[in-house]
Amino acid sequence: MSNEKEYIEIFDNNRPLIETLCSALLNKERAKAFEQFKSTGFPKRDDEEYRRTPIDKLFAADYGMNLGRLPLQGSPADFFSCDVPNLRARQEYIINDSFYRDAAEKSPLPEGVLLGSLDQFAQTHPELVEAYYNRQAQESDSLAQFNTTFVQDGLLLYVPRDTKLSEPIQIVTLLRSNIEMLSNRRLLIIIDQNATADLLICDHSSNDKQTLSTQVTEIFLRRGAALNIVEIEETGEKNSRLAHLLVNQESDSRLNHCCITLTNGLTRNNIKVTLAGSGAEAHLGGLAICDKNQHTDNNTLVEHKASHCNSSELYKYILDEEATGVFSGRMLICPDAQQTTSCQTNRNLCLTKCARMYAQPQLEIYADDVKCSHGSTVGQLDENALFYMQQRGISKDEARHLLMFAFAGEVIEKINIEALRDRLHLLIEKRFRGELNRCKRCALCKQ
Amino acid sequence: MDNLIEIKNLHATIDGKEILKGINLSVKPGEVHAIMGPNGSGKSTLSNVLVGHPAYTVTEGEIIYKGQDLLALSPEERSHAGIFLSFQYPVEIAGVSMTNFMRAAINAKREAQGLPAMSAGDFLKLMRDKRALVNLDSKLANRSVNEGFSGGEKKRNEIFQMAMLEPTLSILDETDSGLDIDALRIVAEGVNKLKRPDTSTLVITHYQRLLDYIKPDIVHVLYNGRIVKTAGPELALELEERGYDWIKNPQAE
Ligand SMILES: Nc1ncnc2c1ncn2[C@@H]1O[C@H](COP(=O)(O)OP(=O)(O)O)[C@@H](O)[C@H]1O
Ligand SMILES: [Mg+2]
Repeated sequence: MSNEKEYIEIFDNNRPLIETLCSALLNKERAKAFEQFKSTGFPKRDDEEYRRTPIDKLFAADYGMNLGRLPLQGSPADFFSCDVPNLRARQEYIINDSFYRDAAEKSPLPEGVLLGSLDQFAQTHPELVEAYYNRQAQESDSLAQFNTTFVQDGLLLYVPRDTKLSEPIQIVTLLRSNIEMLSNRRLLIIIDQNATADLLICDHSSNDKQTLSTQVTEIFLRRGAALNIVEIEETGEKNSRLAHLLVNQESDSRLNHCCITLTNGLTRNNIKVTLAGSGAEAHLGGLAICDKNQHTDNNTLVEHKASHCNSSELYKYILDEEATGVFSGRMLICPDAQQTTSCQTNRNLCLTKCARMYAQPQLEIYADDVKCSHGSTVGQLDENALFYMQQRGISKDEARHLLMFAFAGEVIEKINIEALRDRLHLLIEKRFRGELNRCKRCALCKQ
Repeated sequence: MDNLIEIKNLHATIDGKEILKGINLSVKPGEVHAIMGPNGSGKSTLSNVLVGHPAYTVTEGEIIYKGQDLLALSPEERSHAGIFLSFQYPVEIAGVSMTNFMRAAINAKREAQGLPAMSAGDFLKLMRDKRALVNLDSKLANRSVNEGFSGGEKKRNEIFQMAMLEPTLSILDETDSGLDIDALRIVAEGVNKLKRPDTSTLVITHYQRLLDYIKPDIVHVLYNGRIVKTAGPELALELEERGYDWIKNPQAE
């Protein structure tokens, strides 16, 4: 039986269970997504988009799914602690695929801000959720349909117009299970007109079981809204992550996104940004630090649909041992997108002969008055610089760390959440020194 | 007195091509030796071999430094043992600030000496004091190593690093090239201020003018991978007047 057949069957058999445990709204979108998934199945081996990251075999393993939504024993505090020193942030958890309602005392949010379980809000605020949920994901690929088919909960953040969140919000997604597990997470983030928010999303795994997670994050930035968002993945060799980040930007909105893959197994990040209103700005950053057999694939699409928009991309990879990096970056400038500026940069360090980098920039321009550029390089550490440092007494290992750190620093410097930048510098340094503790506790806290 | 360094019959190759063809050279503590010679003679090769550059292979001979086999030491160990090279072409290191670079260097040396890392306050004070020695702008100290430095600034930065690390044996590979007369004076005075009775200097240069400031005890001429002439400081003056041809073609005398 092919892998999708198995999941189609699982869904058919469990549909009543899934649906009774979930809001009508999620179920309505689920029905549409399931039909789509049934007709397409998983991306196939000959699918150009997934050529370097074959998907179907990832689903071959025998994973458990928590379709009955059995609650987790204990609280995240029992097995996880992360308060990101120096970063005052409000913390929320998504454990496996459900929003975790913790009892912790939290400072009140500004009036009208909604933060909590997606499924709950689908029941209490159906007009809001209906207006946004699955609007972008339904246009996305079959993995997104798979996610919508099985998703039961996740997190919703709504920031009403003219509201500025003073404190960053940290969302920790945790994988915890004592069996091999598949979980499907969902995030829906709506920043209304002229509102702003800072968001940190930490993806952790807290066990050594093989896991696969799909994650769909839909973001809507209304006119004049601004969002800084940093995603940090700190999972393990046995964890696979298939993520979609879908962003729709209205006029004069600003997005600053940075995706850091610190430790992982296999990661595919699909990032699609639609600049739908004029004067919108999107800045995307990515840093992947991979060794062993780790595999990181960032696939971006920035679609300029309106005039006077500005986008930039900077993706950097440091690949050691037998790691693989993939970067596909597509910039699509539609006919109406006059006065576009758009640049894409991809820089890669391959530290060994066995490390592999596949880079594929694609630029499609259908407007005439635009400024676009892209460039991609693969290199090694500068031997002359290494020797220069050694002559000054710095060991070769330390010299390598300094160079790698300098290379990574360029991405970190572009992050707009200042307190986080310093912590990230330390965290990355630890990663290079092999001091990152990948279990139970967030490395951010262990400094 | 014992030699600080003794180079015996040193042969070295790069990419299979022999460049050093039997160098003999001894330097005593406190001495300043000048090494002169036309371009392509092997002066930078000798410097690089002394600091353990991996591109060069020593095929014959030995180097005894402070009584131990220098060739057995890694480049960083040689640095910890007090050998410093002011590079002919200092390397630009994008993204690594001078401050972080120097902190790593100082603390690596201290670690090798069994000392704890220097406190942030002491380190910054040290940076300030040594910067003053070569008039290095504090703005440069905040920039990436050598990045965007002018030729003269790079050379001053080399001497600044030398001041920070207080080496026993300093090798200055054409530290005067590309310097105007004021910068030359600053660099030379910096080197002289760092001089102690037990430290030695190898000054590689084409020109007498640096030697007006840094007075050599002994002058060698390196030609075609060998030291072909050794004499007192007057040799440098003679070379300034007559050039190198008479050394290249001794039979033409
Ligand atoms: N990678 C190399 N392969 C072959 N020959 C080299 C290489 N690098 C330098 N050389 C040669 O070594 C010789 C000595 O160079 P160098 O030590 O730089 O001389 P100097 O510093 O006296 O001008 C020159 O003839 C140069 O061409
Ligand atoms: Mg030279």
